[in-house]
Amino acid sequence: MSMLILALAITMAQIILGLAMGCAAFRVLRGPRAQDRVLGLDALYLAGMLLLLTYGIQTGRTLFFEAALVIALLGFAGTVALAKFLMRGEVIE
Amino acid sequence: MIQAPDLPLWATLIVGVFVLLGALITLIGTIGLIRLGSFYERVHPPTLGPTLGTLCILVASITCFSVLQSRPVVHEILIAIFVTLTTPVTLMLLARAALYRDRRAGTGDVPKD
Amino acid sequence: MKRIVPFPLLAVALFGMWVLLTGFSPGHVLLGTVIAVLLSRVMLPLAPEQPRIRFGTAMLKLPVTVFADIVRSNIAVARIILFRPPERKSGFVRLPIELDSPYALAMLAIIITATPGTLWLQHDAHNKIILIHVLDLVDEAEWIDLIKNRYEKLLMEIFE
Repeated sequence: MSMLILALAITMAQIILGLAMGCAAFRVLRGPRAQDRVLGLDALYLAGMLLLLTYGIQTGRTLFFEAALVIALLGFAGTVALAKFLMRGEVIE
Repeated sequence: MIQAPDLPLWATLIVGVFVLLGALITLIGTIGLIRLGSFYERVHPPTLGPTLGTLCILVASITCFSVLQSRPVVHEILIAIFVTLTTPVTLMLLARAALYRDRRAGTGDVPKD
Repeated sequence: MKRIVPFPLLAVALFGMWVLLTGFSPGHVLLGTVIAVLLSRVMLPLAPEQPRIRFGTAMLKLPVTVFADIVRSNIAVARIILFRPPERKSGFVRLPIELDSPYALAMLAIIITATPGTLWLQHDAHNKIILIHVLDLVDEAEWIDLIKNRYEKLLMEIFE
């Protein structure tokens, strides 16, 4: 019984996080300006990382944790590079 | 699709409540991304997800794996430290880039340098 | 000791990260120690300015205050997003600051930005003024007072 409730709660959370990714993707597609799109991308990868963590809880495997860590690392580097690009027009000066 | 780890009742409650809470907070943050008007207002809501949203889901994850492996599993703390340290840096850089672009273009209601 | 491990805090942090990622076993503890000592030496050519840190109650008080504020402003921002109060307006605030140490300023920048509802934009080192953006700007003086009294005082105690 408690397992069923937990399964429902986790599936609900995954649907909610999927919606959150949808909202962020809307901002990426709509813009209106470049900085809005980068901001949407930042929120998108974060929600994706949380979604992976809930998959980890669901399956009980630690593999997803490492994937989440890699997303957090690469997402940070990506957003910083994009912000730098918006400011200067070049990533590495 | 219906699959969940086999946990005792108290752990089930903690994991379920915190997972849902974290997901909801993240959703509210991204809804704010859609609903608020200007760019500088929209920079604020994405901080909801990385701070409290991530924290709730990580608490659920720590509880779940600690009970499953019957030893304290705390490596999720790394994600918490990492995300709370990096999100402000990215948002700050992004806001500065936007400020710079707005000043250059002379658009928007931004304070002068 | 100072010669072998020039940045003890960095070395401890690297060691902790290694052990958390790989698991606690004698082999990994040894390998983690070697890596922490070798990698923390990478910072030597950069020659960062040594921070003066004073250990005390402020160091415990700061994280607790920040955590409480993050929870509180999370709720405040969530309410703004969901109910959109019509009288809310956002705006920029110029804030005089007395902190000098770059470490303290970096900490303040992270605290202000990590708290939903406030965003650090710019620091003018010459005039000692920082520019922040506030989502729910009711009273400008109240925000200046809050940041100066709550965070700046604690950071002053730790870093200067």
